[in-house]
Amino acid sequence: MPSPPAIQATALYKSYGSLPVLRGIDLHVPPGTVFALLGPNGAGKTTAVRILATLTAPDAGTALIAGHDIRTHRREARRCLSLTGQYAAVDEKQTGAENLRMMGRLAGLSRREARARAAALLARFDLTDAADRQVGTYSGGMRRRVDLAAGLVRDPEVIFLDEPTTGLDPRSRKEMWDVVRELTARGTTVFLTTQYLEEADRLADRIAVLHEGRVVAEGTAAMLKSRVAGHRLDLTVTSREAYLRLTSSLPATATATATAATHRSPETLTLGIPTDGSAHHVRTLLDELDPHHTEIESFVLRGATLDDVFLTLTRPANSPQDPTHAHV
Amino acid sequence: MHMSDALTMADRSLRLSRRNTDALITALVLPVMLLLIFVYFFGGAIDTGTRYVTYVVPGVLILCAGFGSSNTATAVTEDLKGGIIDRFRSMDIGGAPILAGHVLASTARNLIATTLVLGVAFAIGFRPAATLPGWLAALAVLLAFILALSWLSATVGLLANSPEAAGGFTFFVSFLPYPSSSFVPTDTMPTWLRAFADHQPITPVIESLRGLLLGQPVGNTPWLALTWCAAILTLSATLSGALFARRTSR
Ligand SMILES: Nc1ncnc2c1ncn2[C@@H]1O[C@H](COP(=O)(O)OP(=O)(O)OP(=O)(O)O)[C@@H](O)[C@H]1O
Ligand SMILES: [Mg+2]
Repeated sequence: MPSPPAIQATALYKSYGSLPVLRGIDLHVPPGTVFALLGPNGAGKTTAVRILATLTAPDAGTALIAGHDIRTHRREARRCLSLTGQYAAVDEKQTGAENLRMMGRLAGLSRREARARAAALLARFDLTDAADRQVGTYSGGMRRRVDLAAGLVRDPEVIFLDEPTTGLDPRSRKEMWDVVRELTARGTTVFLTTQYLEEADRLADRIAVLHEGRVVAEGTAAMLKSRVAGHRLDLTVTSREAYLRLTSSLPATATATATAATHRSPETLTLGIPTDGSAHHVRTLLDELDPHHTEIESFVLRGATLDDVFLTLTRPANSPQDPTHAHV
Repeated sequence: MHMSDALTMADRSLRLSRRNTDALITALVLPVMLLLIFVYFFGGAIDTGTRYVTYVVPGVLILCAGFGSSNTATAVTEDLKGGIIDRFRSMDIGGAPILAGHVLASTARNLIATTLVLGVAFAIGFRPAATLPGWLAALAVLLAFILALSWLSATVGLLANSPEAAGGFTFFVSFLPYPSSSFVPTDTMPTWLRAFADHQPITPVIESLRGLLLGQPVGNTPWLALTWCAAILTLSATLSGALFARRTSR
């Protein structure tokens, strides 16, 4: 018999008061893979993770964790999962070793087993030297590692990581990526949320983009990239006035209406517009945007990045031409 | 609920309070200071028919128990602030062992403070006339009072939105013993206050504690005290279960 999917969610709905946060989410995560849930602030990532980790009940719909229904078989589901949330879930006033021993005891290990498990996890996460220091004295990266270690005392089948690398420097982020890869190498399923596209691109087998309560795209990084036009035309203009005119009049032009600037850089007077990369489309775009051939100084054609996908897909509905990250 | 989970949580809570140096010093030094203030500052002016130190020690014990138990509220709100409750819940550790852990730790902290106060009280002339059964009964009443107040305090912690708000409870609880016979006989109070003082739960607790320690007849007062404590405990445990679910599963 084939093993059940690690996570199988169907039609999850959740509102807070009159605010709909999830409006029908379906997810399917095969065992032993990394799945990334991508979305801007407030998209509902934490809500989705808390529901899948059995902490919040959905208003409608349900999910199976390793085959166990989160509504009707919560205890069995909990036995298969661990959650490392967005906010640290270890005590700052306990040492790393004390925190891990406590988690071991709560997981049902004997005193001696808990001690051995804590030592092994500290070694695995390179924290042996800091084992007897209070977590309050740890660096951000060490805290994240001990937090993650605390979720592993039971060797869960499915691990939820809510924004595991937010606030970490590039080196600590890379270390966290290595940890995730090591987990999947052992057959563990990892479900993570992130706001970093690069992270999803590097780590995840599959990515879902969450936007306004729905999964607006789901697939491998390559599949998602092919969802947008495929290329991006970066235009550098001659003056600030031209830049402002182009960024504001862009919606009016025929060829660009279906798209929008997915990249804007006021400092360098550059804006990027999705295109299929054909000579015809590029020529039409240039002619429409700069009919007098005076304002566009140069252009570069690039392959689309996951950023473009993200910004195209998560554009707020009420301002279709103004991506959230427009002013970065 | 597994008892071992509650003990693990109590162990955690005690370790956390040991490391919170300021709170620890306050919890141990304040009771002793209160005792000294009552005996040496007010004692000369108040006539209770017995030596004032002997009259007032039960009251100070109650005051300290109220004050010490109310720290549970702060500990609970601190927990709710971070992500640790989510982690416990995802490990299938529910509200009961988490709250019971805090209550057990609070009880242990209070017993240490009580021992300290009694030690100092003896040193400055407290001479109770209690027999061994009297002592045991007094201890039972005090323990019931501490348990009830600690669990009530945990419930308040679940209601409060911040540790600061929970701290307000400390303030309230530390005032409750004043309108009772804790420090002065109630017949010295105005009638309306006396009516409240005679019927509030602290009065039977204090009366039985004092009666038992001084070897005076207590009648059914200890039973009344225990009934009050059991009622508060039951109410708090029920309410806190519902509140915990509401606060944490959103
Ligand atoms: N307990 C709650 N009560 C009321 N509203 C809530 C609650 N939890 C979340 N929300 C709201 O639901 C929406 C989604 O929140 P959620 O935390 O799931 O987003 P997120 O994608 O994790 O965001 P971030 O990237 O900032 O962590 C937000 O508008 C938030 O204010
Ligand atoms: Mg979040």
